Amino acid sequence: MAIVECKGLSKTYQQGKLTVQALSDVNLSVAAGGFVALAGPSGSGKTTLLNLIGGLDRADAGQILVDGRDYSLLTRAEMADLRLRRIGFVFQSYNLIPVLSAVENVEYVMLLQGVSATERRGRARRILDDVGLAGKYDRRPAELSGGQQQRVAVARAIVSGPSIVLADEPTANLDSKTGEGLLQLMQWMNQEHQVTFIFSTHDRMVMDYARRIILIRDGRVAEDREKAA
Amino acid sequence: MMDIQLAWRNIWRNPRRTAVILIAVIMGVWSMIFLGALMRGVVAGMVKNGISTLTGHVQIQQRLYPDDPSVVHRIRDPQAVARILPQVLPPGSHWTMRVRVNAVAANARHSGGVTLVGIDPASEARVSFIGHSITRGKYLKADDNNDILVGRALAAEFGTHLGQKLILMSQNTLGQIASRAFRITGIFSSEMESTEKAFVFVTRQAARQMLQMDGSVSEVSIVLPQHEQARQVAATLKARLAGKDLTVRPWQKALPLLTAYLDLYDNFVLIWFVVVFIAMGFGIVNTTLMAVFERMREFGLLKALGMRPRRIVKGILTESLLLLLCGMAAGNLLGWLSCWALSFKGIDLSALAQGAEYAGMARVIFPALWPRDILNANAVVLGLGLLVSLYPAIKAARFTPVEAMMHY
Amino acid sequence: MSIDMKMAWRNIWRNPRRTLLTVLAIAFACVLLIFMLSFQFGSYATMINSSVRIHTGHLQIQARGYLQNRKIQWVVPDPEAVGRMLDRIPAVKAYTLRANAFALVSSAERTYGVMVTGIDPDREARVSTLVHTIQQGSYLSDQPAGDGMPGALIGRLLARNLKVTVGDELTLLGQGRDGSVAATVLKVRGIFASGQDAMDRSTIQMPLKAFQSVFSMAGAVHEVVVMGRNLADVPDIKAAIARKLPAIPGDPPLVVLDWTQLMPGLQQAIHMDLISGAVFYLILIMVVAFSILNTFLMSILERTHEFGIMMAMGAKPGRLTRLVLAESVSMTLVGILTGVVTGCLVTGYFMVHGLDLGASSEILRQFGIPSLFYPRLTPLTATAGPAAVFVITLLAALYPALRIRRLQPVEAIGHA
Repeated sequence: MAIVECKGLSKTYQQGKLTVQALSDVNLSVAAGGFVALAGPSGSGKTTLLNLIGGLDRADAGQILVDGRDYSLLTRAEMADLRLRRIGFVFQSYNLIPVLSAVENVEYVMLLQGVSATERRGRARRILDDVGLAGKYDRRPAELSGGQQQRVAVARAIVSGPSIVLADEPTANLDSKTGEGLLQLMQWMNQEHQVTFIFSTHDRMVMDYARRIILIRDGRVAEDREKAA
Repeated sequence: MMDIQLAWRNIWRNPRRTAVILIAVIMGVWSMIFLGALMRGVVAGMVKNGISTLTGHVQIQQRLYPDDPSVVHRIRDPQAVARILPQVLPPGSHWTMRVRVNAVAANARHSGGVTLVGIDPASEARVSFIGHSITRGKYLKADDNNDILVGRALAAEFGTHLGQKLILMSQNTLGQIASRAFRITGIFSSEMESTEKAFVFVTRQAARQMLQMDGSVSEVSIVLPQHEQARQVAATLKARLAGKDLTVRPWQKALPLLTAYLDLYDNFVLIWFVVVFIAMGFGIVNTTLMAVFERMREFGLLKALGMRPRRIVKGILTESLLLLLCGMAAGNLLGWLSCWALSFKGIDLSALAQGAEYAGMARVIFPALWPRDILNANAVVLGLGLLVSLYPAIKAARFTPVEAMMHY
Repeated sequence: MSIDMKMAWRNIWRNPRRTLLTVLAIAFACVLLIFMLSFQFGSYATMINSSVRIHTGHLQIQARGYLQNRKIQWVVPDPEAVGRMLDRIPAVKAYTLRANAFALVSSAERTYGVMVTGIDPDREARVSTLVHTIQQGSYLSDQPAGDGMPGALIGRLLARNLKVTVGDELTLLGQGRDGSVAATVLKVRGIFASGQDAMDRSTIQMPLKAFQSVFSMAGAVHEVVVMGRNLADVPDIKAAIARKLPAIPGDPPLVVLDWTQLMPGLQQAIHMDLISGAVFYLILIMVVAFSILNTFLMSILERTHEFGIMMAMGAKPGRLTRLVLAESVSMTLVGILTGVVTGCLVTGYFMVHGLDLGASSEILRQFGIPSLFYPRLTPLTATAGPAAVFVITLLAALYPALRIRRLQPVEAIGHA
């Protein structure tokens, strides 16, 4: 059962005076529980694809279905709601709200969902424990290392119980050891909680962890390889 | 000049932010100039009222007359004064000689105190308001010795009108009560109702005859081309007329109340300027601070490259300077335009006419743009503006390169 | 909800210096407005009270039309009846009777036209403060002095112009109510200096009974001058009098006038002052608003990326707008609180010690105002200014806040 379906996606955007064709006629389909890497050199369009899947941007042509919902039929408000409940994001950097502590950052998503205060706090602490940040609940992002910040980001992405987590070059700013630790965490999440992960990356290590690699080049799907189990 | 170009481009790095603070400066400068002009206009109206109500710019009277305006203290030799005036007065001045005493006016219905003014109609018309204020009947001619001009409000109070008789009584030079009947041949109206009730006008000759004054007068009233000349002309006249038992007063002395008001408004205007500046000053400091902190790395880099702190300070101050100059230019222009626009109809206070009269103000206020105010306003904004910009400027120069790089 | 408030509060203090300057700007505006408004209202109260106490009183009962046209024939024929009516109104503190006529007064050397007023010395002393301004001699009394001549109280400038002093005689010549000649001789008993030159130069006061006799008043007066316990009671007293007045005969009929009608110029001058003050204050607040607009603007523009993340998480633009507005409101409230406290303290200090206007005391004397000014802090003056600051500042904060609605997540995140 495909949790993400893209059919004939195209997207162009303006960069100053240039018109850039980011994606042309992209088709792909991701099954639930997948651990997929969108690989490719910078400028290949993988980030754009990720943004489209996450509903942060609208395609010029083509169709996206996530969790059975057709994006073209959704209003902005419905889109926001979908992002709130079904999709989690992890960005390359600056993921967190600087004035909130780690636990508050994680709580914030649940606050948006209307979860009660006591339940929020409990779940937030538990998930922070899960990602290895027990005892650091009240630290502000400025007081955490890069790797710890990304862990908090992952915790926040997971805690709302999404169907998919989209991660845009999550390890790019981390040293290899920390990055590896993060990937193992996400792998554990994927297997333990059945959450689909889609990365965009050009990091070899990430691609090693992925079970399926989709190569994007010049805005098109160049290769789509499923690794043996 | 590259410094100025650089400063200019720096300002517009963040157009919206610069635009916002510019608006604050423009509004501030506009309000300084426009409201300052309005305040001056109020006082100018008061001065005009005070002066036209017979005070004139310079008054010559017998020494004791100001405290005791009776016929006893009269100028016995007005010809001596008349000879000196043409020698001293600047071209374009006008003067007239009057009899002016307290009197009682009475008719069958009413009696009340008035000021009896005996005028030479021709020269009086050039000096005071009466020449052009007649609304009914006609003005006096030099030999209309039985005629009298009264104010509209006085006619109403006495229940009388054109053609009716009015009796005037006053003490003459012999100490007796002299009385004489006049016929009302003209009714005048004035800005202030109190003027209409206070003064009645007859010919000088008639007044002299009634009061047995021979050739003497009560006062000489002079109008100058510019009222600022008053003090100087008065001083000159005083010197020339020394020893004649006369007092020469510029209007500032004759209307001490008004002069006090002028001084009060001087202070008000300046205080207003400073207050407005403080209001925009916070914004200027804040905006400059933001612009400086945004460029911390840049300043650190410049210092690492060897630029001296003083140059950095100069750079920030130049940016501030350009910003302030733009705001001042636009603010001045708007201020001048508003004054010009209002100079046609003025601000009409008719709805609050009695209040205006109570406060001694004219009924219509025209803005009066004083070069001194324009100078002061701009000096305050420029001077203090640069002063408060020193704080962020010095902060910019203090960043060590390492701090700056780390901050980002 | 509390996380939102926590966020708003913490966001304000991300840039303490900027916030502090903004708070100070708002506080400055508040302090200024509170002080100035208190000053204005204090001066009005002083002006009204001194003008009212020197002469006009809070209310007067007169014949209709007398105010515009002081005809001696237009009288209050039965002052006792009016007095009885007034005695029954509790808010009335005191009242007195006066009669006026224009007359020629002559001293040994001079003759002047003056306004002669017959006063009831006991009652007058309770209503008017003139008795306290006597510089030489003594006040009047109803009992004729040993020499049988009625006394006169004259102003300083008039005494100087007539060249008389206490003990000198003055001859009075005028026209009585019935048209007959009114003449008498008065002895100067006291000389006053009210501070208002107009009054000091042209008024003579004499005992009412003597006046009524000289001017053939037949027991009538022209004005019944009423003082209430305080200024605020005046409308009620006026209404009470107006109800009962028709029962007292008069020809022309009697009317009751309050001080705003007796001195319309004063009230209008106050209105003018209020209006012009409002204009100045409004402009000032707007300059402050633009001055601090940049704070609101910049604090939003520099967080575009952060807003993008929050939108990615699923926060709707409306929520972000509310967050930003909460920040602006908090900052403004801090400023206003500081301003109100400081403003009240500063004004309170001057309420006790007074403010000396120095060189301008000449002017004020003419209007019967003492040269030491006391601002009056009231709930109105303490809140009107800050309220206006609050509203206008919030309007300024609205513009940047509403711009957030147009934010697109992908653009926002692109802003590093």
